[in-house]
Amino acid sequence: MEYLKNILSLPPIYYTFAILSVLTLFGALGTVMSRNPVHSVIYMIVTFFSLSAHYILLNAQFLAAVNIIVYAGAIMVLFLFVIMFLNMKQEAEEMKKEKIIYTAVITAVILGGILIIFLRRAEREPVNPLTYNSQSGMIEVLGRSLYGEYLLPFELISILLLVAMAGAVMLGKREAGERHF
Amino acid sequence: MQSKIPDIIQTVPLLNYVLLASILFIIGVVGVLIRRNAIIIFMSIELMLNAVNLLLIAFSSYRADASGQVFVFFIMAVAAAEVAVGLAIIVMIYRNIRSIDVGLLDKLKW
Repeated sequence: MEYLKNILSLPPIYYTFAILSVLTLFGALGTVMSRNPVHSVIYMIVTFFSLSAHYILLNAQFLAAVNIIVYAGAIMVLFLFVIMFLNMKQEAEEMKKEKIIYTAVITAVILGGILIIFLRRAEREPVNPLTYNSQSGMIEVLGRSLYGEYLLPFELISILLLVAMAGAVMLGKREAGERHF
Repeated sequence: MQSKIPDIIQTVPLLNYVLLASILFIIGVVGVLIRRNAIIIFMSIELMLNAVNLLLIAFSSYRADASGQVFVFFIMAVAAAEVAVGLAIIVMIYRNIRSIDVGLLDKLKW
């Protein structure tokens, strides 16, 4: 009863956080578990939107917008396009192998145990209200950081994207002969 | 400069975000392990990248430091490049073996 009273007295923002977290994990589980790849993509979009909502809660508006535009907009459309392009009719039967499932569960428990045990010990300084800058997620601060301190990585990223685009076109091109490798 | 701390930072401990990101990452790892469809394995990798993004943004926001969010920006750019090349490779594999089951790609097995 005491526990229930504690839960009911939580502030509304905590409920927002909890609901969004449940939605995120639901989408992630759906992505991994669903048999039809198109359903996986739709669950993944749910995950991305709820993650964007998390980013807005965390005062990172720019990255929330970029997350929706890049992930939910571009990358997921690419996934959906490839899935429909490949036209996979057969059902996946990989979930039936018990050995793989047991191995995966054991791995997950070990990895989760390690992560949670060690991250629980992570300490953090309390926020200092005098020096806290609530503008740190805004586009102005990020732009200054991106074009000042991180100018070289920013330029390298543009080269990487160019090379990836050329590589994707090269890989996708149909070549003469039987094999296309 | 004094400014208002967002509500979420005052009420929700950072540990909640750490746990959420850990669980998301583990779901991604399990997805890579149990699935044999190459596209779903790819989506699980995206889940892991997003878990890391969430963690970086949470830390960056709780410390009011923009560097973490710049790194998330870079991760997103790298993920976009990775997806473009990876999906091209998957399409090429499909053209050759008429399937994207990674269990069939065992020619290099010793």
